[in-house]
Amino acid sequence: MTLDREELLRMYRTMVCVRQFETLAGEYFAAGKIPGFIHLSIGQEASSVGVCSALRSDDFLTTTHRGHGHLIAKGADLDRMVAELLGKRTGYCKGKGGSMHIADFALGILGANGVVAGGLPLAVGAGLSIKLRKTDQVVVSFFGDGASNRGPVHEAMNMAGIWRLPVIFCVENNGYASTTPVARACSVPDLALRAAGYGMPGVTVDGNDVLAVREAADQAVARARAGQGPTFLENKTYRIRGHFEGDPQKYREEAEVQAWRDKNDPLQRFAAVLRKGNVLTQDLQQGIWDEVEAQIGQALAFAEQSPYPEPKEALEDLLVNP
Amino acid sequence: MAERRLSASAALAEALREEMTRDETIFILGEDLVSHSGIFGQFKGIPENFPGRIIDAPISETCVAGCGVGAGLTGMRPLVDFHFSDFVTCAMDELCNQAAKIRYMFGGQVKLPLVVWCPDGAGLRAAAQHSQSLEAWFVHTPGLKVVVPSEPADVKGLIKSSLRDDDPVMFFQHKRLFAKEGPVPEDADFIIPLGQAAIKRPGADLTFLTYGSGYHLCLQAAEELAAQDILAEIVDLRTLKPLDMETVAHSIQNTNRAVVVHEACVTGGFGAELAARIQVELFDYLDAPVLRVGAKDVPIPFSPVLEDYVLPSVAEVIEAARAVTYR
Repeated sequence: MTLDREELLRMYRTMVCVRQFETLAGEYFAAGKIPGFIHLSIGQEASSVGVCSALRSDDFLTTTHRGHGHLIAKGADLDRMVAELLGKRTGYCKGKGGSMHIADFALGILGANGVVAGGLPLAVGAGLSIKLRKTDQVVVSFFGDGASNRGPVHEAMNMAGIWRLPVIFCVENNGYASTTPVARACSVPDLALRAAGYGMPGVTVDGNDVLAVREAADQAVARARAGQGPTFLENKTYRIRGHFEGDPQKYREEAEVQAWRDKNDPLQRFAAVLRKGNVLTQDLQQGIWDEVEAQIGQALAFAEQSPYPEPKEALEDLLVNP
Repeated sequence: MAERRLSASAALAEALREEMTRDETIFILGEDLVSHSGIFGQFKGIPENFPGRIIDAPISETCVAGCGVGAGLTGMRPLVDFHFSDFVTCAMDELCNQAAKIRYMFGGQVKLPLVVWCPDGAGLRAAAQHSQSLEAWFVHTPGLKVVVPSEPADVKGLIKSSLRDDDPVMFFQHKRLFAKEGPVPEDADFIIPLGQAAIKRPGADLTFLTYGSGYHLCLQAAEELAAQDILAEIVDLRTLKPLDMETVAHSIQNTNRAVVVHEACVTGGFGAELAARIQVELFDYLDAPVLRVGAKDVPIPFSPVLEDYVLPSVAEVIEAARAVTYR
């Protein structure tokens, strides 16, 4: 293990933060406090934290409708995130985006995207921009197994491949594209096999093992920074919640979900490793959970107390020069 | 001093060279650009003078457009060449769901400088998938600006404004007009602000509201009408969004009659929007219904006899002018 204690604890804490954020978002949604619909990433925390912890703050990221975890792991502000989920003026997008459209350009977060696979061409553009501006930044584009079958993915991976752009295509294979099992929608069992067609390495990792993800991400980032081009990283994971909150989930058995929850929870797995390595004690673990709970409680209070935008603010922010 | 004349292609290339010299963040991305300096010669002088800043992409319109968005969000000013405007259909998500919405959706956090350059229009016997005029689709998408120049000087002035603008711009340039020459100022600082129409021919009897290739139909029609003592004023809109309604109003207040002329098919075209606004904002000034002249509501057919029949003609423009002047 080459990561120091501080970094390991930071990663664990971020995973706890994603878990608690998503859990509370689910509760708030069920209570009718979050309008629209939300997609939670519970069970996929090792992927978001494993990858994003390998990035610098000036690196770029695009994410998806299931993007809360990536945003948190890239350092997004919880107050502004919750406020956006609630449609408040103090939210990241002043209430214009909601759960599926949060961005923080100061942190290189080029946005969550409501269109499946919508972020990949943008990520390639950011990669081209890096190349033209001659910096050593990298871009990570998260997408799902469902997105992997869309045309823009093919174009994006090919373009990044021919130009050797510093883009990491990170597919989170969580077993289901909405309601469709991956085996019924994808032509290969490991999506990383597709990387060969675009002249880039493809790596499949246990996406619920945060250290395995981190190691693969470190290698991909190093390649990209060194000008060696893109990498396709497949994190095999599992979506514990439905596609959206309220999803009746008729496409899978509860026992399947329960088995993942009991035997393959990324937080429990990481905690066990940290406990075994004497990095984490029970007290420290409890302390982290309490501290995160307080932080998220604060974010919720901030968001609840924040005002809604004035209706006419709907007409603002369209153009720089109207 | 003799007026300098350039083709629309040369005007575009000159403007791009001037802007790329002025601003290092501008680059051009598209298909088949470098070896021929663009399939219409529109990027003449750029590959040799700006190596690495004009980039050949694979045939991947979706990702080319998305690449423009991603680069525009991260410090560059891309011009994306669409080869034929018809291929925007392959990138409607990138243009209408991403480029148009990103600033708004994210609460104004970011600007997106991006010019999407689209050679459009019919008359080259190129049939249904290489001949369209699709500007109205983008006028109907909040978050995009839409520019349709008709003459070489407009091309130069408007492409420079578009490249300097901080919002995404759809720039439609008619393929049949690339070789057509006109006077073009040599001044490197010559710009035409977006949202500024021009009264290009004064007349007291009626107003032609037009843009792009429609302008040239109106010009011919106005000549013939003048021989019949009907004096048509021509307002070249140049930018459809933002729209210079002030100049439109000024003209109609003088002539009290208007005909909208565009090459796009009539139904749901920009003429419909214009006619609607005119009847609301200028009702009291109108002495006749606003008429529209455009292509018939079918795809553009191949055979010359069919294509010519479908496209708007000078005769139809004259007929509409006579109808609104009751002469």
